[in-house]
Amino acid sequence: MAENFEYKEAPDLAMLGEGPEPEPPRRTFLFWLGAAMNAAVGVLIALPILGYLFSSWKGTGWQKWTSIGETDAFPKGQTRLATYVNPFRTPWDGYTADTPCWVRRLDDGSFTVFAINCAHLGCPVRWFPESQLFMCPCHGGVYYADGTHAAGPPPRGLYKYEYRIVGSKLEVKAGRLPTLQQSV
Amino acid sequence: MNLAPMKNFLNWFESRLHLAELITPSATHSVPTSAKWWYVFGSMTLTLFILQITTGICLSLAYVPSGSQAWESLMYMNYELYMGWFLRAMHVWGSHLMLTFMTIHMLQVFLYGAFKFPRELTWIVGLGLFLCTLGMAFTGQVLRWDQDAYWGLSVGMAMAGRVPWIGPELVHFVLGGAVIGSEALSRFFALHVFVLPGALFGLIGLHLLLVIKCGINETPTPGYHVNKKTYFETYEREVKKRGMPFFPNAAARDMIAVSITLFLVILFAALFGPSGPTGMPDPTLIDTAPEPDFWFMSIFAVLALLPPYMETFLIIGFPVLAAAVLILLPFISGRGEKHWKRRPFSVLVIIFLMLTLGSLTYLAYIAPWSPVMNAWSGIPTPVSYVQNRTPLQLQGAMVIQNKQCRNCHALQGRGGHRGPELDDVATRMNNDQLIRQVIQGGGNMPAYGKHLSPETVTAVVSFLETMHPEWEPAAGFSMTPRETQDPVPPIF
Repeated sequence: MAENFEYKEAPDLAMLGEGPEPEPPRRTFLFWLGAAMNAAVGVLIALPILGYLFSSWKGTGWQKWTSIGETDAFPKGQTRLATYVNPFRTPWDGYTADTPCWVRRLDDGSFTVFAINCAHLGCPVRWFPESQLFMCPCHGGVYYADGTHAAGPPPRGLYKYEYRIVGSKLEVKAGRLPTLQQSV
Repeated sequence: MNLAPMKNFLNWFESRLHLAELITPSATHSVPTSAKWWYVFGSMTLTLFILQITTGICLSLAYVPSGSQAWESLMYMNYELYMGWFLRAMHVWGSHLMLTFMTIHMLQVFLYGAFKFPRELTWIVGLGLFLCTLGMAFTGQVLRWDQDAYWGLSVGMAMAGRVPWIGPELVHFVLGGAVIGSEALSRFFALHVFVLPGALFGLIGLHLLLVIKCGINETPTPGYHVNKKTYFETYEREVKKRGMPFFPNAAARDMIAVSITLFLVILFAALFGPSGPTGMPDPTLIDTAPEPDFWFMSIFAVLALLPPYMETFLIIGFPVLAAAVLILLPFISGRGEKHWKRRPFSVLVIIFLMLTLGSLTYLAYIAPWSPVMNAWSGIPTPVSYVQNRTPLQLQGAMVIQNKQCRNCHALQGRGGHRGPELDDVATRMNNDQLIRQVIQGGGNMPAYGKHLSPETVTAVVSFLETMHPEWEPAAGFSMTPRETQDPVPPIF
């Protein structure tokens, strides 16, 4: 047993490796070097991830002239529902790419195009030609035919699209959901 | 029977894993014997979380997180996939029950003073769990990708868009684009399936660790005050002297409660089935009246009832304020009396909160502020209101119906309740006031002056003037006493 005892101690020492303890300054240097290197690669990884996550920050980049149909399709003196396809759609958007809006054509032939979303909290407003009112089903917002606020909680009138006529087509600047601080 | 081989087998693992070493002290740690049936709701919530993970993984096998096919994949689960409807039903009822039991757990913790020293952090982590679970409920509702989901998201974004300065950026970040579409669905899918469950796992681990390290709250005795200097010592002594091991003594109650919980999920799922999907998420189908799931109905009601000037402040400020109060609670009242009988203010706050949330939820379901969109075309004018009327008055009755007045004004209780009922409007307003109200609007009524010819207004008002009970005359002119007015012909 005695020789076993001696034999056992030697490999245990060898397992941990031999040599002196590293000097304290060197250890500190290695630690800070390691920290700095990780910080550097951390930034290199974080930047593309953040860029990817916030890639939807395009501001006015989310607007594009989009056709909503022939001008003749909108009779004078009437307000009609029109639909356009979101210009920034993905192939897998399905029917959510279709966006409704209200087109009002005045007797002088000019247009007003309203967003479907109530200015209160974004529910779809409905047009009632008999009483010439837009009504919202969610919280009871009501607007006049020209989109101004008539009753209920909305803090402003309906959102209006910019529009232009190209040839026989009516086009609106479309592509983003209107909110209080940023109209369509 | 020789158990030695079995023991050796287990010991082989134990000598490497040291699992029993880790678990046994936690499982058998002493808890107050006073911890009885009111203490089971945390375990019930945890069980439901595990069930949600299980059923959620099952649902992910068929669900397609794509704008064009999410709705179809849910219909496929409901009607084609074997037991698909039942898995969806268990997932939704599991979520309702999880929030229910979590709320009860939170109320119990509050009323038993369990948030006080030394369990402040347990309370705060619990708040995080509650928020994440509400987040799961909201994101789950979006994944249903039906009309309610689409317009619910629209409402959510309209709220987010009101955040000062960064509103639009916040909206575009959440949507992953500028409109509600596939990329928005994918973001909510990632939140619902990866981010929030991950956060919940972490927070649950912390919560349980804190429960074990700080001990289960004793059932409070009226008159016993929490003293930060002596609490630990007293708790240790009492639990050692009169405690019981968590397993199996306290765990027995938990086990019974857990089995009842799971049975309730099965029962509700079988009885009531899955939730939706409602109509397909086609935004051009605008004849829809979206409403959120139960847990968000009170918010839906508040949004209809708040005066516009305080709306933005409350939508954004109130949640922050509420969270701050709840987080600070254990530091504001971390000591002193724990028993609810000696904390009348706390009890009043709970009663007030429950009544408020209850009334708002009830109101949200009847939604008296919303116009009834098809009242004008779908509900007849009461027969008694058109009997013995002059042609002019009948003309007025037609206008009331055709111009959608009834979308907001009920007759004999039927129609919208946005505006006052018209059954006895003549007793409240005289001829001049009626004309003014119809033409100029006011109160919360649109002005109809532009769209009604003077003749039409005359007809409407002549009909409205007949709207008073037989025993009460119509309102007279303000300058002359009522008695001298020509009585309007009685209705009946």
